Amino acid sequence: MTLLKTLAIAAASLVLSFGAAHAAEGQTPAKGINFSFEGPFGTFDRAQLQRGYKVYKEVCASCHSMHYVSFRNLSQPGGPEFTDEQVKAVAAGYTVQDGPNEQGEMFERAGLPSDRFPSPFPNEQAARVANGGAYPPDMSLITKYRPGWYGTFNQLINGIGGPQYVYSVLTGYTPDDKVSEELKKEQPEGKYYNPYFANGHWIGMPPPLSDDQVTYDDGTKATVDQMARDVSAFLAWTAEPKMEERKRTGFMVMIFLGILALLLYLVKKKIWANAH
Amino acid sequence: MSGHASNYQPKSAFANWFHERLPIMDMVQGQALDFPTPKNLNYFWTFGGILAVMLLVQIITGVVLVMHYTPHVDMAFQSVEGIMRDVNSGWLLRYMHANGASMFFIAVYIHMFRGMYYGSYKAPREVLWMIGVLIYLVMMATAFMGYVLPWGQMSFWGAKVITNLFSAIPWVGDSITTLLWGGYSVDNPTLNRFFSLHYLLPFVLAGLVVLHIWALHVVGNNNPTGVSVKSSQDTLPFHPYYTMKDAFAIVVFFMFFAFWIFFAPNYLGHAINYQEANPLVTPAHIVPEWYYLPFYAILRAVPDKLGGVIAMFGSILILFALPWLDTSKVRSGNYRPLFKGFFWIFAIVCVALGYLGSKPAEGLYVVFSRILTVYYFAHFLVILPLLGLIETPKPLPSSISDDVLAKKRPATAAVPAE
Repeated sequence: MTLLKTLAIAAASLVLSFGAAHAAEGQTPAKGINFSFEGPFGTFDRAQLQRGYKVYKEVCASCHSMHYVSFRNLSQPGGPEFTDEQVKAVAAGYTVQDGPNEQGEMFERAGLPSDRFPSPFPNEQAARVANGGAYPPDMSLITKYRPGWYGTFNQLINGIGGPQYVYSVLTGYTPDDKVSEELKKEQPEGKYYNPYFANGHWIGMPPPLSDDQVTYDDGTKATVDQMARDVSAFLAWTAEPKMEERKRTGFMVMIFLGILALLLYLVKKKIWANAH
Repeated sequence: MSGHASNYQPKSAFANWFHERLPIMDMVQGQALDFPTPKNLNYFWTFGGILAVMLLVQIITGVVLVMHYTPHVDMAFQSVEGIMRDVNSGWLLRYMHANGASMFFIAVYIHMFRGMYYGSYKAPREVLWMIGVLIYLVMMATAFMGYVLPWGQMSFWGAKVITNLFSAIPWVGDSITTLLWGGYSVDNPTLNRFFSLHYLLPFVLAGLVVLHIWALHVVGNNNPTGVSVKSSQDTLPFHPYYTMKDAFAIVVFFMFFAFWIFFAPNYLGHAINYQEANPLVTPAHIVPEWYYLPFYAILRAVPDKLGGVIAMFGSILILFALPWLDTSKVRSGNYRPLFKGFFWIFAIVCVALGYLGSKPAEGLYVVFSRILTVYYFAHFLVILPLLGLIETPKPLPSSISDDVLAKKRPATAAVPAE
């Protein structure tokens, strides 16, 4: 009984101490779509990651960098799991600067699997100039740092909704002719209305997706909704590439600790039986 | 250590030879195996052992993380991502270390509130308690500096806000802030000194923990009745009784720990810390880690900057005086009907302050922060001193052993004699 009481009080005080909710940011909560990688046993859908990679490469990559991901990651377990040959081909499709060579000169060569995804712009200033002053953020970690929704318990149960945030921004544009006259008065030059965007409702990125923009290799129909889902899943993987390993390890650790706890409890009970 | 003479007998010629040169096995036997421990300790008493293990977990994971981390503003964030992606099991080490800090604080808060409820700070345990408060202070400094190291947005802005507090100190404030920063803003020198201190302080903590345990072993454990140990009837040897009970509790705590590591590893941190520090972009809300929130609320409750800093540090330093502020001679809250109620009110006030600390400092949040801050101090400065004078405690059991036996056979009194 004492043990149960102790645990109950500990749990209650913990739950209470996380009444520490984060203030809502005045951003429209992201659309609550479901992904295969949610929950304690959720895994990535390989085909979806492969499709999402294609969307990133053909659409997003023209403006958004992905600093922390290397080509080789595309074939590692728990990710899109392209074959090594596919990864070599992907890498070879890029030209990267290397050097200096023995003559002291920089040279260009074809990409290798060990290279990181090259950035579309040489620096932040160049990126801003090319994008009307807005800086397209790096995509590697976006699903981990941009919450789709807030609320202490909401985030505990549903996660921060990072992939949903990306999906909602991609599919959440209000077409210009549907934006009310009221709002249009405050429309900044060259910005688009998107209620899901985290930094105010006006986003510098033009609606990036249109139906059939990419041709999926697996024959899936490339609707805006489908592409948005796929690239959001892909970006969930780039942010947390070890997620599957983590959940799998966690499951085994829990079973191990559970059995160990049970055995220790029985030993403890036996030892204490004649204590008084 | 203390007066509990051990009956250690070396069992071999070598053991005897060694014992004459370093009687460490004598100490192990006396202090860790035979050490007489009250037989009625409940599971709240297992958190001391849990904390010792957590300190060890933090040191071990931390030492390995340092092998892969680069303390430079241009590379820190990237090196942490390298740990997450390229170091074998690096994600596990980092998630253990990051969540371990939160677990450490959960355990320490339970440990402290247990001490407050059962009056563990009262004579003869004042020094034991004060070393504990010192440990808590060093822990907070260590955790704060550790949070700066990944050099994310909240690392940077948290460091900026907290170090800025010191500038409120009259005359020397600006010099202290410059010294902390190693310059005129939070930058590479700040990161470097925080890194150095974050590696040093855990070993200071380990030293303080040794003193804490030493002090504990001089006066012995308090217990749920608060009645002092009177005879060997009241105690059990630490091993195997409490080694097994603690081991079980530690493993259960590890399951709780593992839940966060494996299934919600970023929940206890701030999402925005996955964005690299940018001195030009201030986050919408700068909020410290959850374990500092009550103090953050107290800081912001006072309209004056220096006043806020004094109140914040005062709210922790007042714990040093707790043994003398509580005037009641009865230790355990179980026998203090009035105190019991005020204890729980105080606990709720602390949690509520934590909630307010997470909210923006505006409107009603500020009003409630002020009321609760006043209550927080009143609990120590008014309520506790008065309670001891006006409260009639319930009768205490004559000994620990009597209390245990009475609980084992609660029906005894009710059975009519033939």
